[in-house]
Amino acid sequence: MNNVRKQKRANKSLPFFFKDEFKVSFIIVFISIILLISTFSFDIVPPILNRGIQPATFPKALLILIISLTLIIYYLSIKNPWKIGKKLPKTFFLTLLSFLIFVIISKTLDFFLAISVLSIFVSYNWGERRIFYLLLVSIIFPILVFIFFETILGLRFPPGIITNLYYY
Amino acid sequence: MDNLLLMLTPLFSSKLLIVLLFGTLFGLILGVLPGLGPTTGGALILPFTMTLDPLSAIVLLTSIYCAGTYGGAITAVLINTPGTPAAAATCLDGYPLAQKGEAGRALGMATVSSTVGGIFSVIILVFFAPLLAKLAYEFGQPEYFALAIFGLTMLSSIGEGSPIKNLIAGAFGILISTIGKDFMTSIDRFTYGINELSVGIGFIPVVVGLFAISEMLTQSTLLDQVFKRVALKAVKLPTKDDYKKTWKTILRSSGIGSFIGVLPAEGGTVASLIGYSEAKRFSKNPEEFGKGSIEGIAGAEAANNAATGGAMVPTLALGIPGSATTAVILTGLIIHGVRPGPDLFREQPDFLYGIFGAMLIANVLFFIFGFFGAKVFARITLVPNKILWPMIFAVSVCGTYSLSQSIIDVWIMLFFGVLGFFMRRFGFSVVPVIIGLILGELVEGTLRQSLVIFDGNWLMFLTRPIALTFFILSLIALAFPLLRSKKQKK
Repeated sequence: MNNVRKQKRANKSLPFFFKDEFKVSFIIVFISIILLISTFSFDIVPPILNRGIQPATFPKALLILIISLTLIIYYLSIKNPWKIGKKLPKTFFLTLLSFLIFVIISKTLDFFLAISVLSIFVSYNWGERRIFYLLLVSIIFPILVFIFFETILGLRFPPGIITNLYYY
Repeated sequence: MDNLLLMLTPLFSSKLLIVLLFGTLFGLILGVLPGLGPTTGGALILPFTMTLDPLSAIVLLTSIYCAGTYGGAITAVLINTPGTPAAAATCLDGYPLAQKGEAGRALGMATVSSTVGGIFSVIILVFFAPLLAKLAYEFGQPEYFALAIFGLTMLSSIGEGSPIKNLIAGAFGILISTIGKDFMTSIDRFTYGINELSVGIGFIPVVVGLFAISEMLTQSTLLDQVFKRVALKAVKLPTKDDYKKTWKTILRSSGIGSFIGVLPAEGGTVASLIGYSEAKRFSKNPEEFGKGSIEGIAGAEAANNAATGGAMVPTLALGIPGSATTAVILTGLIIHGVRPGPDLFREQPDFLYGIFGAMLIANVLFFIFGFFGAKVFARITLVPNKILWPMIFAVSVCGTYSLSQSIIDVWIMLFFGVLGFFMRRFGFSVVPVIIGLILGELVEGTLRQSLVIFDGNWLMFLTRPIALTFFILSLIALAFPLLRSKKQKK
């Protein structure tokens, strides 16, 4: 609660473009405008085939609605700033980094290796130091999941350096 | 009468009984674990349901829904942390009563009132859903469009987040549904030359990402949280005196919960808060509320479980989700090729009444499991997050991959996980995104078909009485949060 109040007070003294409310609203409006512009490149259906409205009309209306509502929430936030939780801890960024590592490894090396690496990385960074539990989450559990999906559900996983050992 | 007999189907099918037992146990475990709950759990198990027949799949999801909603009360009472958002009001009196050394009594009342609320709501579901479905026979495309708009505007008044932020999230959900080939003209929209996007974005990667992965990121910020647990010897059934004190509250909250549940997009969280405040308003001892009032526990718990059956009414009769978890159940119905609505009531009564019967049995089962096993379930909270969440990640990734065996789906899941985290951080609820995604095709399809019928004249919508009623209700739904905040300021 104190953290929220401190954050709110700190936010009040910042120039408007540094405030979370502005940053979030700006990002939403910016992305919406880009998407809105891209709707103009959608193919146009000739009147004879068109049923009701053009395919681009509905997304356009939605994007205009999102932009308008975002401007309203930004305007309202000037009077009533948002309550935003405390600063994000290091563990959050490390978890986010683990997602990136997961994507890279699953794309280049192996899907299950990526799961193992993420599991051990997250578990360790969240404070687990006992070897057995690290092995449990990174090796034993992914193997059980693999066996379950492969044999019971009959799923075929993407090829990779570890998965290939099983398949070939 | 024949239809009511169909409710006994799950009792005579060993497969359905096993699914029910598993679903109830799994739901209780999910409900007990803070951060999980029936919505996230339902999303996690959704890909696995593809190996089941449609009835077993939906029975599994609904039993998780019923038991998970109750399970939240166990942690609310013992560690002052609601296992599910719907149990937040239970903390107010459950934990203080447990601190007084009466954890068994508090859990006993929570178990009984949850069961009564749940069973009451299933009765409402059995009688009210077919009536609503019959009414829906009168609906044409314009009426369905107006109804979907009503469902979406109701998002503005759901418990979490600000009304306008909820509407933005809902519109964003609909926008996601427009990605891919336009279903009427086959023209690509927002695909940017990526072939995988031309079939659109699947429900499961979005649902798992927004609920499970974003929760994992949230948990990564809460590692320093310490839970203080109250000891529990055994769950005690309420005494005669407790029943005398609470029976009116339980019945009132059951009615409130069922009604709130029926309203599109509203769910157990809103129901329990209203059930709790009404219990306080009608109580002879309102000063005891917040200090361990048994009526407070009964009011909140009967209402949140009553919302389960209520929320299934619009979900099954109209295809409009009544809550976040029913949005996941609706996703389950859609991926199994079952289209909810009046035709479902006419063509597949065995399927529907099987679900009703399963919900009824799930309420009885969680009473038994809760009464005899609450102590064991409470121990599940001892599983540390640093072990639990990497495991949940592995299941989420494989589950998402399994549906169309596409690695792109896994990346979409991660993207929505990160997006969901930031949405929640800045006060945007993720529930409207799911509801928007589910209703997106219905909204756009019915709008475009209506305009074909009306020859492009938008004003013709106002000439249809049912559609007009829904539009008026939509305006009321939009104005309601505004009026409520003005009243609170006064």
